[in-house]
Amino acid sequence: MSAAAELNPKDHDQAGSPMTLTADRPATEDAKPAGRPVKVRARGESSKLASVLSHGTLILASLIALFPVLYIAYISLGPDDNDYLHPAKIMDKATFANYSRVLSDTDFLSWFGSSAIVAGGTTVIGVLIAASTGYAVSRMRFPGHRQLMWTLLVTQMFPIAVLIVPMYYILSNLQMLDSYTGLILVYSATTVPYCAWLLKGYFDTIPMEIDEAGRVDGLSPFGTFWRLILPLARPGLAVAAFYSFLTAWGEVAYASTFMLSSSKYTLAVGLSSFVSEHDHQWQLMAATSVLIAIPAAFVFYLVQRHLVTGLTAGAAKS
Amino acid sequence: MAVAVVQRIRLSYSKYWYAYAMIAPVVVVLGVLVGYPLVRGFYLTLTNATSLNVGRQIGVNHIPDSFDFVGLDNYADVLWGPTAYDRFWSHFIWTVIWTAICVLLHYSIGLGLAMLLNRKMRGRSLYRLVLILPWAVPTFVTVFSWRLMLADGGAVNGLLSMLHLPEPGWLSDPLAQKCAAILVNTWVGVPFMMISLLGGLQSIPAELYEAAEMDGASAWQRFRYVTLPGLRTVSSTVVLLGVIWTFNQFAVIFLLFGSGAPDAQILVTWAYRLGFGQQPADYAQSATYGILLLSILIVFTTFYRRWLARNEKANG
Repeated sequence: MSAAAELNPKDHDQAGSPMTLTADRPATEDAKPAGRPVKVRARGESSKLASVLSHGTLILASLIALFPVLYIAYISLGPDDNDYLHPAKIMDKATFANYSRVLSDTDFLSWFGSSAIVAGGTTVIGVLIAASTGYAVSRMRFPGHRQLMWTLLVTQMFPIAVLIVPMYYILSNLQMLDSYTGLILVYSATTVPYCAWLLKGYFDTIPMEIDEAGRVDGLSPFGTFWRLILPLARPGLAVAAFYSFLTAWGEVAYASTFMLSSSKYTLAVGLSSFVSEHDHQWQLMAATSVLIAIPAAFVFYLVQRHLVTGLTAGAAKS
Repeated sequence: MAVAVVQRIRLSYSKYWYAYAMIAPVVVVLGVLVGYPLVRGFYLTLTNATSLNVGRQIGVNHIPDSFDFVGLDNYADVLWGPTAYDRFWSHFIWTVIWTAICVLLHYSIGLGLAMLLNRKMRGRSLYRLVLILPWAVPTFVTVFSWRLMLADGGAVNGLLSMLHLPEPGWLSDPLAQKCAAILVNTWVGVPFMMISLLGGLQSIPAELYEAAEMDGASAWQRFRYVTLPGLRTVSSTVVLLGVIWTFNQFAVIFLLFGSGAPDAQILVTWAYRLGFGQQPADYAQSATYGILLLSILIVFTTFYRRWLARNEKANG
């Protein structure tokens, strides 16, 4: 079947084999003539074969991870509609014409602006309110905190099909249909539950003594949260921001239902309107996709250092 | 004594006041944009609302709602009505299979890669950077790329023909469609699992491994008795989230197949299609599917948590 699926059993072999080698090693070493210095290997270091195998697996996995992204960038260089069917021929006629067409002949820049406003707003608002909720649940044992966390988990389960029609009515009653504010609030509602869980877990790893010290020095609970805890929680905040930004940047269904005027389309909506308009001009879609992916990759690069610590705290301490 | 009690009450009062102030924004936003729609969505399931009979605004004229209350008829129709198998149960079975396979693949591939990345080796941070990439690029971009790759004559079949393997019609043949959906979703979902589990692995103290090695534990035994128990809390959370997210994975299937591929539709995309992809849109049926989906997930989560709690007790 797929290369990615076949990877699975192999990974286990290779994750296991280096350890076996490390464990077997002392026995072979004993058999060697005495006098030769016995090489002592620290834990985590590995033998040559094991390291070749694990590099091999990681390189293969990296290629699989990278390939679709490179592929679309490559296709975007082909000038004709059908080029994706004959990828090999693109090499000879590669051109950036698709990019200049997208940038000059379409509303790309206005879609880009809408997406930036909506994704930026969602990130700021979503992370702030998720952080204050996460902090309250992590530090204060108020009645209902358990139910609140449970409710947040349950909201993750709501399928879009139940929510989207009633949401439309509420937004239209609040006069927020076709407005950035409305869409930002809708996105915040979808990202906040996970962010609050994640940040609650991260706050749990910060010692209580820091809060107490802040309180003794005369800070209010808000002050402690804002001045002491938030700066310490940077990895958690970075991951929450990344998640919120990506969700808002790539969402299609809500945006295409709630944004009515074409001047306010976000990139995802603009891209889909583009298919019918140009009747399946895949090469233009490919170019647009690459342009859309660049800011997301940039945000990712900014936060990637924090991903491991930030994500795990949320999962470890639930 | 009395003073202390008063003080404690005042303290707790102020504490609660702050706590409620801090959760208020989230509660208001979720209450208005998720809670109310849920109630209204549930109400719609008890009616025969379609896009033809709900209230709407045409110019300056407001047309009021004209749908009727039908009780539990929608549920009965979806679950037991004529052709219920084709409309609900076949999608239900496929959704369960889809969720099980995807989460299993996400978890095992994610764990394998995390264990490799947890070793001291050259280029580790570069590998990590590249392997998270599928998560960092917006889904509709990567799914679009997969669609081009899976098309007849695209890169995937090009590779298969080079290896002299059969070339299935990934986007047209029902069984191949399902495989393609699982393949793409696996590709999309592994990075999250990998990073979460990597953090979990890093939090296992190295002394435990050293002690196990001293006691002569084999690699498999160390994996089974040190690594897996050390990952238990992380795993239980990410598996639960994985199940919920995969069960409701709208984007991958919707973007990969659009309005084609009736067999590969999971419940959530099927519900969306009933509510938005056809004329007249059947809001009541669509919402009924949504409520059923939600109930399935709540039942699953309840059992899952109970099972976790029992395991926790059994393992001390």
